[in-house]
Amino acid sequence: MRLWVLPKEQVVDMVCRLMADYRVWGPQAKGPQFAFEPLPDPTAIRLDYNISILSPKVALQPPQERIAVFHLDGGFTVEPVIDAEPTVIFGIHTCDLHALALLDKAFSADFPDAHYLERRQQTLLVSLECLQPCDEHSFCKSMGTWTADSGYDLHLMDLGDAYGVSVGTAAGEALLTQYAQARPATDTEAQQLHEARDAKRLRFPNRLNFDAAELPSLLATAYDHPIWAELGDRCLSCGACTNVCPTCYCFNVIDSPELSLKEAVRWRRWDSCQLDEFARVASGENFREARAARQRHRMFRKGKWLYERFGELGCVGCGRCIRACLTHINIVDTFNAIHASQHRR
Amino acid sequence: MADSIYVPRLARLADIRPMTELEKLFVVEFPDGSSLGHQPGQFVMLSIPGVGEAPISISSSPSRSNGQFELCIRRMGDVTGVLHRMRPGDVVGIRGPFGHGFPIEQMRGKDVLFAPGGLGLAPLRSLINQVLDERGSFGRVIILYGAKRPAELLFRDELEAWAARDDVEFHVTVDRGDETWTGNIGVITTLFPKITVDPLNTVAVTCGPPIMYRFVLMEMLSKGIPETQIYLSLERRMKCGVGKCGHCQINHLYCCREGPVFTYAQIKNVPEAL
Ligand SMILES: Cc1cc2nc3c(=O)[nH]c(=O)nc-3n(C[C@H](O)[C@H](O)[C@H](O)COP(=O)(O)OP(=O)(O)OC[C@H]3O[C@@H](n4cnc5c(N)ncnc54)[C@H](O)[C@@H]3O)c2cc1C
Ligand code: SF4
Ligand code: SF4
Ligand code: FES
Repeated sequence: MRLWVLPKEQVVDMVCRLMADYRVWGPQAKGPQFAFEPLPDPTAIRLDYNISILSPKVALQPPQERIAVFHLDGGFTVEPVIDAEPTVIFGIHTCDLHALALLDKAFSADFPDAHYLERRQQTLLVSLECLQPCDEHSFCKSMGTWTADSGYDLHLMDLGDAYGVSVGTAAGEALLTQYAQARPATDTEAQQLHEARDAKRLRFPNRLNFDAAELPSLLATAYDHPIWAELGDRCLSCGACTNVCPTCYCFNVIDSPELSLKEAVRWRRWDSCQLDEFARVASGENFREARAARQRHRMFRKGKWLYERFGELGCVGCGRCIRACLTHINIVDTFNAIHASQHRR
Repeated sequence: MADSIYVPRLARLADIRPMTELEKLFVVEFPDGSSLGHQPGQFVMLSIPGVGEAPISISSSPSRSNGQFELCIRRMGDVTGVLHRMRPGDVVGIRGPFGHGFPIEQMRGKDVLFAPGGLGLAPLRSLINQVLDERGSFGRVIILYGAKRPAELLFRDELEAWAARDDVEFHVTVDRGDETWTGNIGVITTLFPKITVDPLNTVAVTCGPPIMYRFVLMEMLSKGIPETQIYLSLERRMKCGVGKCGHCQINHLYCCREGPVFTYAQIKNVPEAL
């Protein structure tokens, strides 16, 4: 792997050049918080952000998108809308990078989803190594997502006055040579990078009281655990937890006529398994009526079912669902409580 | 431009036949005459532009396709409501066929017991007619059909034809009779004592509302039919039909992909399935 050095004062310059050829998404200040959005100007980028409200998933699976247009004149015709353009997502934390790898699998498995995949194909990922945990809620170390060896085109790591840059792909290397004035790292700098990575180990706590690899087998014994009823009693079914989650990709498909009545649009919108009607059919039968069952469904997807399907756990430990929940439903506490009770028995 | 799995093909309503107060049979064809290429038990996503999409089982047998396929549709809400007001010649959108249907190859040589309830006959009719079209390669054919009222019986002409055949054992019942009804009265499970089966050589198939199939499954099991030879078709909310949107999930299973047809053995330990 080639290592490069990019002086910090040149980041804005690099983003500026990128913006001529790409739509560049990056972390920006939004009041006291941070959001991943297309950068209005290169200086808006804030690589010192702790965590973004929504994950960079928004660049690849937007909250709402047109997926087809029906032209209504007499009969009708229909055509897909595939909205993709050359894009760079700059400054992705590694938890979110791991989440994108899961979305890649979900949207390419079985029936490939051109809306996501066309966008993904035109998108380059520039990730950023965290040297500190975002806050007390992140548990990326427990989930093994606190660093990354692949999945990126370029990967940045803070070295004080400069970023050490690891190249993940040829496209990433081209980006670096065409848009940035980076220079190859010296042996000392390479050594410095490895040391900084090693040093961060101690700063990141393990919040899960057991090895995350045990989650699928742990949950296999916990379907009827009393904790689901407790969570169900507290949950408001607001769907905030799934909206902020970088690995949640469930959606609704909604058709609506345009005001002109000459066209109708097929929309895809984020949906949430926490909402009451998510599993309700037209006859009125609701296959996941109890809030407890819906909470269990979310946690089982994260800790077991997506793993069984795609070989990756559905939780990357970003902690967003914990921060977002008004009633303090906490996925780490839940998993730990299940583990504790199964090991008491 | 890349193809989208969410964009339907245009299809024409070749014919519309009223069946009951709530159900009509829609005969559908593609303008280029191509066939749908489905297996019994599979479904399509049917679109009405600007209104929405609904998953609908294919009710006709592939053995009778003729470049057309049939959908038996109950008027329930937005999409099906508009559809019921459409006329022959009108155009709809079709995606699919999707899902896993009935494995007819594994049924050959065996006795087949069908037990549809109400609208559950719609998907089973596809398989029943294929079995009847290849009658020689199956053992006994037993059909037990239950509906709420005589006026809700679907495919009445076909029911009469099945009743008249001596190579089909056909029993029908209604929950509540009316002044013209002289047949069986009672829920579908009351038909099971009328038949004997050779359990190990029997494949059993059911579809209907959850309250109905729970009891029907118990009858099938108590006849000694092996769990791997009992098939049922499940309904779930579906938005994509292709294993992405998450709506149809039954615990870890996707009804639209692994289903909608499952064996009892596949789902007996899946709590959300039954
Ligand atoms: C595999 C399968 C096979 C089926 N086969 C048949 C069949 O052969 N024949 C048959 O008659 N029926 C069949 N059904 C049932 C059929 O799909 C429903 O009756 C149909 O979806 C009703 O659609 P509707 O729009 O008319 O009803 P609605 O009640 O208007 O809507 C149907 C569903 O979509 C939701 N919905 C409504 N509006 C919106 C909106 N704006 N945004 C998001 N969601 C909305 C509703 O909550 C409801 O769950 C089958 C279902 C499945 C899953
Ligand atoms: S954010 Fe909390 S209250 Fe809202 S749906 Fe999720 S768990 Fe329930
Ligand atoms: S489940 Fe919660 S902690 Fe895990 S990835 Fe989703 S939002 Fe982050
Ligand atoms: S209908 Fe969307 S996942 Fe099955």
